[in-house]
Amino acid sequence: MRYHTPTSFADAAAIAASATGTLRFLAGGTDVLVQMRAGMVQPDDLIDLKHIPGVDKIERTAEGGWRIGIAVPGIVLGGHADLVRDWPGVVEGMNLVGSTQVQGRATLAGNLCNGSPAADSVPGLIAAGATVTVTGPNGSREMAVEQVPAGPGKTNLAKGEVISSITLPPRGKNGGDCYLRFIPRTEMDIAVVGCAVSLRLEGDKVVEARVALGAVAPTVLLSEACAKAIIGTTLDDADLAALAKAAEGEAKPISDKRGTKEFRIEVAGVLARRAAKIAYDRARG
Amino acid sequence: MARDDVKTGYKYVGTRPNRPDGLDKVTGRARYGADFSLPGMLHAAVVRSPHAHARIVKIDASKALALEGVKAVVTRADMPTGLEGEDLNLQDNTLAGDRALYDGHAVAAVAATSALLAQDAARLIEVTYEVLPHVTDVDAAMAPGAPVIRPGVADYSVPEGMHGNVARYMKFGHGDVEAGFAAADVVREHTYKTEATHQGYIEPHAAVGQMGEDGRGEMWVCTQGHWYIRRMSAAVLGIEAANLRVTPSEIGGGFGGKTTIFMEPLTLALSKKAGGRPVKLVMSRSEVLRATGPTASASMDVKIGMKKDGTITAGQIFFRMQGGAFPGMSPIGEALPCAFACYDIPALKHEAVEVIANRPKAAAYRAPGSPMAAFAVESMVDELCRELNLDPIEVRLKNGARNGSKSSYGPVYTMIGLQETLEAAKAHPNYKVKLGPNQGRGVASGFWFNHGGETSVSLAVGEDGTATVMIGTPDIGGSRASIGLMVAETLGIPYEDVRVNVVETGALGVNEPTHGSRATFASGKAAVEAANQAIKEMCKRAAAEWEIDAEAVEWKDGAAHPAGPNAGKFPPMTIGEIGSKMGGTGGPISGHHEVTAGGYGASFGTHVVDVEVDPETGRTTVLRYLVVQDAGTAIHPAYVEGQYQGGAAQGIGWALNEEYVYGADGRLQNPVFLDYRIPVASDLPMIDTVIVEVPNPGHPYGVRGVGETGITPPLPAIASAIAGATGARIRSLPCSPPKVLAAIKAKR
Repeated sequence: MRYHTPTSFADAAAIAASATGTLRFLAGGTDVLVQMRAGMVQPDDLIDLKHIPGVDKIERTAEGGWRIGIAVPGIVLGGHADLVRDWPGVVEGMNLVGSTQVQGRATLAGNLCNGSPAADSVPGLIAAGATVTVTGPNGSREMAVEQVPAGPGKTNLAKGEVISSITLPPRGKNGGDCYLRFIPRTEMDIAVVGCAVSLRLEGDKVVEARVALGAVAPTVLLSEACAKAIIGTTLDDADLAALAKAAEGEAKPISDKRGTKEFRIEVAGVLARRAAKIAYDRARG
Repeated sequence: MARDDVKTGYKYVGTRPNRPDGLDKVTGRARYGADFSLPGMLHAAVVRSPHAHARIVKIDASKALALEGVKAVVTRADMPTGLEGEDLNLQDNTLAGDRALYDGHAVAAVAATSALLAQDAARLIEVTYEVLPHVTDVDAAMAPGAPVIRPGVADYSVPEGMHGNVARYMKFGHGDVEAGFAAADVVREHTYKTEATHQGYIEPHAAVGQMGEDGRGEMWVCTQGHWYIRRMSAAVLGIEAANLRVTPSEIGGGFGGKTTIFMEPLTLALSKKAGGRPVKLVMSRSEVLRATGPTASASMDVKIGMKKDGTITAGQIFFRMQGGAFPGMSPIGEALPCAFACYDIPALKHEAVEVIANRPKAAAYRAPGSPMAAFAVESMVDELCRELNLDPIEVRLKNGARNGSKSSYGPVYTMIGLQETLEAAKAHPNYKVKLGPNQGRGVASGFWFNHGGETSVSLAVGEDGTATVMIGTPDIGGSRASIGLMVAETLGIPYEDVRVNVVETGALGVNEPTHGSRATFASGKAAVEAANQAIKEMCKRAAAEWEIDAEAVEWKDGAAHPAGPNAGKFPPMTIGEIGSKMGGTGGPISGHHEVTAGGYGASFGTHVVDVEVDPETGRTTVLRYLVVQDAGTAIHPAYVEGQYQGGAAQGIGWALNEEYVYGADGRLQNPVFLDYRIPVASDLPMIDTVIVEVPNPGHPYGVRGVGETGITPPLPAIASAIAGATGARIRSLPCSPPKVLAAIKAKR
């Protein structure tokens, strides 16, 4: 195995583009190192991105959003008061990943690139309308977060491409978001179902909404049907019931060791309802 | 509950000093299995079958052996032949013979100069398999058409006509059950199932073994019983017991799962082949879950008759249990006698079969068989209580075993504490808390026989009047502290002046493992006898110096005293004075006792649990939990409470989320703690405990084993609490959210 420590994303992309065997990028390492120890993957090239300047920074964008470095660990996100004020749902999703020790290393970019449909930070990013900057051998491009996962363990990044930052849009007035997951225990578990809702109000009425569902399809889903169910409403019981029904309709889960198909469909509706209510309360302040 | 014939008012017994191993453990100084290393040591890795059932056609290790740094490969061909019975089963499990019998079954092992190299080498060992049909579920294994996985497995007990996977059959009972059912107002019959669960010890199996060409070996190993390791390893490798010296490490949990061998003999076989270099083998968590012994899975038919006033008139059970691909591993012999052990019922019929399936060889797990049996019987009793609107504690007080009851399995109970635990549970504030919406309460009692077993203990008086105690039962639950307290009490010296060491196989006679809740009872009992022997000798030394009869000397408060005015007037001679000059008064002073300890008394317990169930997701939260259990005498109450809480925690895990999940391909789907869901700390409330003390007349300080009973009641108590909260009865563990939600929906 060759271990690389490039100091720019361009260099990282060049190394990745010329790699011929199994390649892994290393940010926090909480997936890659575990997979290596378990014998699941034996990279020929391991590219550590933590030596690139700026990867540990959280900055305001000119538009009033946030740019988050790809090596910022969960515990730093959780400790960033301004970010938490804007996007509590994004941060709470990331903070559910692993233990306190894991939080000291695990990153949003890693959670996204691991490609798990159950990734806890991804629904929140998608609901928030987050984008990633991707650097490749031919320069950079922007991608919506929901376009990154391609299926379990797979992404839509091309050979040689690497995520170089994550951008959250400006929160806007009267906005709120929330992520909820279902696990049978209280921590240290993988989401059986996850749901994030981000919305904005004018008065009591929802005027913008994005809803993302996790662990109910090969990738985290951005559900237009769910958003439609609550835009223009004040989240009365009937509106929440419509949202739950929409979420159940969108969910296309499988039965596996973590839960049955029927259970996941039903709980997707329950979580959508509960997350929307919390996001709504947060938006009202 | 104090009795006149049992001494109370102890100075050390019943206090809560720090455990002697505590500082080492919290500072990281304690040496566990994987901490041991030797100069020149090699590291081993094991090749495991990816198939649930397959014929091993060929093993080609040439590529592995060609790697620089690879020193030895062993397969079954390197082991002696001609073994029989359980020795053969142990050998078959250590390394597969012509067939791999479960996913994870060891097929070959390799030793190399580093752990990484050994793992690389293991991947280069090419095994050709011919996949065979498999079966993993207990009921499916007995179904018509199920593949017979080991023809001829049945022993003499199996009646003709049973499925070829049935290995053993048992039956006993008393009274006329049909007449009993006829006399009942309500008779109900249901089938209950429990999945296999793993002991979940935090420390994986680890051993360092060394063996030369002369067949003399040594092993350092994490185990509950090093004489068992010695006997079993010697049998598997065809060497003599005396030629293998086994030293136990500190142990990070065992719960019964470390009373046998899994990979330990491989370290010796590899070492011998590698020119006598020591070989270390440490299992990964996945190897632990795939290839070490979980408990059995069970499917159980229960029928109970009850009168409207709560009197139980008759009970009948038929248990099916599978403990993996090897016969003799399902605890039917324990499950059946435990099933109705808490009750005094005029008519009972017990039947059980053991079935084999393509799963790892089961091992003991905390009160083997009793939790499954309790799940079936106590759930059914609760169902009847709810149907007849009766208080579950009152029904148990009415039908519960008491002193003089003939037990369900034969012996008459002489001095037991079940009724006392029920009264204490009834009086506890937890039993009076008013429940809110979606909340329910469950009550269940539980039982474990406890055990005595082969025990050998020595004690030596030091030159400064301190005492060293040598025991052969590894300390997994605070037994060094408890034995130290009993020896301090007996010698009349401070607890801090007693050091209890777990010593290697060369230092004592044969000791059974720390199993059956026997260590504090049996090693404690022998240690007290050894101390009494030393006291006798010390009195003799004092008598000689005082020139009086030894019978005229008595021992109290750590010193020899003249027994009375007639004996003469001498100042007390302390253990320190006697120890300081023992070289000149007759030589070293020690005591030794060995016994197959009898007189162990059973321990009964009663648990009360409140849960809240989310009606929309089926998720259960344990709100409060109470363990009441008879300890006989609690030598070190904090460790007794620890055992109660630990048993409850494991039982809660078994009840709610733990299960072995096998795919259609017979492979274990969840061999990691992420998906094998033992409770995490935040899943549990503080577990309340009440120690009932009905002293055991079979022990000098009244001790009963306390380690195992506590895992028995949680399974039915939790399921009953969920039934109270939702109206839905789960008769198949675990009560996982998908199952509970489905049951709630079916009820609507």
